[in-house]
Amino acid sequence: MKSRLSPFVLSMLIFGFAFLYLPIFSMIVYSFNASRMVTVWDSVHSPTLAWYLELFGNDEILEAAQLSFRIAAVSATGAVILATLAAFALVRYRRFRWRGLFGVLTTAPMVLPEVITGLSLLLLFVALEQWTGWPPGRGAATITIAHVTFCMAYAIVVIQARLATVDRSLEEAAMDLGARPWKVFMVITLPLILPAIASAWMLSFILSWDDIVITSFVSGPGSTTLPQLVFSKVRLGVSPDINALATILVGLVSVCVAVAGAVMMRTERRRLRDAQIATGAH
Amino acid sequence: MLGCGFADRGFPVNHRAFSGRWPRLRAELGRRSVIGLPFGWLLLFFAVPFLIVLKISVSNAVLAMPPVAPVLIWGHDRILQIHVQFSNYAFVLADRLYVAAFINSLRVAAVTTLLTLLIGYPMAYGISRTPGVWRNVLFMFVALPFFTSFLLRVYAWIGLLGRSGPVNGLLLHLGLIHEPIQLLQTDFAVYLGMVYSYLPFMVLPLYASIEKLDLTLLEAAADLGCRPTRAFFAITLPLTREGIFAGCLLVFIPAVGEYVIPALMGGPDTLMIGRVVWDEFFANRDWPVASALAIVLLVILSGFVFLLQKVQAQAEEAG
Repeated sequence: MKSRLSPFVLSMLIFGFAFLYLPIFSMIVYSFNASRMVTVWDSVHSPTLAWYLELFGNDEILEAAQLSFRIAAVSATGAVILATLAAFALVRYRRFRWRGLFGVLTTAPMVLPEVITGLSLLLLFVALEQWTGWPPGRGAATITIAHVTFCMAYAIVVIQARLATVDRSLEEAAMDLGARPWKVFMVITLPLILPAIASAWMLSFILSWDDIVITSFVSGPGSTTLPQLVFSKVRLGVSPDINALATILVGLVSVCVAVAGAVMMRTERRRLRDAQIATGAH
Repeated sequence: MLGCGFADRGFPVNHRAFSGRWPRLRAELGRRSVIGLPFGWLLLFFAVPFLIVLKISVSNAVLAMPPVAPVLIWGHDRILQIHVQFSNYAFVLADRLYVAAFINSLRVAAVTTLLTLLIGYPMAYGISRTPGVWRNVLFMFVALPFFTSFLLRVYAWIGLLGRSGPVNGLLLHLGLIHEPIQLLQTDFAVYLGMVYSYLPFMVLPLYASIEKLDLTLLEAAADLGCRPTRAFFAITLPLTREGIFAGCLLVFIPAVGEYVIPALMGGPDTLMIGRVVWDEFFANRDWPVASALAIVLLVILSGFVFLLQKVQAQAEEAG
């Protein structure tokens, strides 16, 4: 690519990234601020780790974080299993009955306003409880079901894209040698789409970990997730320990994304090299 | 070629392995469960709930738990009575407050979509024109806010925009204002929060479609004496409209129903439909009205998606 960026595009790029990142940086800086007033910098006692210490002494936050973590891990796993099946159905079984409806159902949860999804799921849980006695009240189980449902849509997009590019001649060869479909899937297809499954899991985990609106609808007393706790704290007014919490979370996510990016770049490079070797051998 | 009869069954089928009756049945069972499991899940937890919302929206509110009167009742004379009433819809559509909330939500979402497009397009264009490794790095920096907590990013702005916050401090320092101004709990704050939160949703699909653009077309246009601005409007923009449509859809639809940003950054008079549904449900415990509002919102959004698809199809035919 020889064309240089025009001054307009370059300045928009700088402006856009500044817009995206200045608030995050300010949060990180203020997390070391000694003043209880969140937005006033106390230059005498700062920087301090007081808010971090307070955070780790706060049982309420730790408990909520634990619950969120458990829900996110289970939801991401469930969503990825269902999404793999769904992606397989969409890519490989091109035609089946109600495919149109299936297509709509797999994409709609991504765009639908969360208020509608949350409301409809809660009404379903209430109706189910009336008719069958299950689920008994609302809590971690109903939150997990709701999260699996909306994370699945995102996971399908990621896995479907990878599955569509898988070279089928390997599967055909294995079939030819007498392997059963299940074995072919486990030995050949699954390893090939594993990177996509891993990134779908990560994406689902983060979406579940982050969700506030749907969770508020389907959660019950005694099951407060971390975003719910943060939301109620923020509503009551800004408190500085949230800055510390945000800094930790941003740090964790950055590390995850950086690692995922590095792994992706390396596999891409290896693939390119393999392709070069393959064409060189011909 | 392998698998002639079963070509659409996922795997190419080895006829030796599938000569018996049982293996064939097993293959069919496998296929059924691969489709059936996710399909069943989505039907139960995504499609059926809408039918229930529809049902609740035509029932009476009562003081009970759940606060809704049943639609189907077995009368004493063993006659099934159906209690349906559309007064919730009449109420919602006639009330000035609700109508204003709908209109305001659509306006906020439309302005947000436009602003994210105006900021996002040059960004996506710039990223796709950045050479080598830097392009991947910039792409990751767009995706990163997408992965960091939405709530915490909104919270960051609350800190920045406060009366004694850095933004007011900077404006005072520059002498643009003489006393701190109210930035939070204004419509300005809502727009800012919306554009900020939804920007990555616009940039990512735009980037995907701009990156695919065939650059030789632009070179050919330049060789033939076409000015860059004209080439942009004649070539780049039409060829990337798929990304524009996708980005607008991903921003506009969720933005109409947004709850968190107006609740945290908007004032008490910032009427948005997501917030109204929430308040009807949690504060007033009026489930039928909340359901009716959700259904009306759903109808409006479906109409919008339908319209957008039609415009897209037309553009495809024309181009």
